[in-house]
Amino acid sequence: MIELASSPFFGIALSIFTFWIGMKIQKKTGLVFCNPLIIAIVLVISVLLLFRIPYEAYNEGGEIINMFLAPATACLAVSVYTKIQILKKNWLPIMVGCAVGSFVSMTSIYVLCKLFGLDDTMAMSLVPKSVTTPIAVGVSSSHGGISSITVVAVLITGIFGNIAAPFMIKLFHVKDPMTAGLSIGACSHAVGTSKAIELGETEGAMSGLAIGICGIITVLYSLLL
Amino acid sequence: MKILKQIAIIFSICWISLVIEYFLPFSFPASVIGMILLFLLLLTGVLKIDKIQEKSDFLLSNMAFFFIPAGVNVMNYFDILRSTLVPLLVICIVTTILTFAATAFGVSMTIKLLNRRKNK
Repeated sequence: MIELASSPFFGIALSIFTFWIGMKIQKKTGLVFCNPLIIAIVLVISVLLLFRIPYEAYNEGGEIINMFLAPATACLAVSVYTKIQILKKNWLPIMVGCAVGSFVSMTSIYVLCKLFGLDDTMAMSLVPKSVTTPIAVGVSSSHGGISSITVVAVLITGIFGNIAAPFMIKLFHVKDPMTAGLSIGACSHAVGTSKAIELGETEGAMSGLAIGICGIITVLYSLLL
Repeated sequence: MKILKQIAIIFSICWISLVIEYFLPFSFPASVIGMILLFLLLLTGVLKIDKIQEKSDFLLSNMAFFFIPAGVNVMNYFDILRSTLVPLLVICIVTTILTFAATAFGVSMTIKLLNRRKNK
């Protein structure tokens, strides 16, 4: 059984199938908790534990899926490029906002990690967690963090940001749609952006733009760590 | 052949960014080098967006899927996760609110300053 599960076909098919189930569940329930990625991760882990299949066997296929992460990250450039007109028009507020946001994000995470007495591995896994997963994982792993912990933290952050966005807009009296969109994208990347798109066209576009800009700024800050 | 060509372009960019990462004196994630490289190619017009449109749509719209193996790997870290679950949740929630407030503050301050200068 384990020998058979070691075929890359097993890991890839299982991943696609569970992700497809996750998409179905999200469409049906409409709940942000029912994120297809979370459902797929939980289902895959359950299958592996239930049938006592080692992670290494699953990862034969997993590695092939992993290979697509770098090209997918590169393509974030395309989504920034398609918004180049709005970026040019408002470049100063966008840049300042994302720079301040990313700085506060990384600093506050680091300080809180130290306050909770977490070690450096854990701190480095969490520091980039406000930006989109591919960039967060890149920063985390190149600074000795644990990628999978980063993925989990990025997901928790995104889901919280998505749910809390309307309340945070009220709490901080944000009236301008551009400000709202950038703030949502800066604190909760793509999962938050899906909420920003619901709030309005400007919010959605700005939030999407903040994903790319904050990603780059976070990488630049991480050079100083 | 069209899709194969697009794959070739994007994979080449990824490979070149690996080469660049190897020669850089500091640690910089190759995937982000690829992103910057692709952005510059698009911006300078060396690469037209329709040359990679389909492949890039495929990659972007299925982005979450590619993280399943990385997420599943968390099963190897259950012990760490169990002992740090509360701090992890607190950190994620508190810093998300702080980041939102900081970004909103940065953007609205800049807009205010720009407007004041315009009115002078």
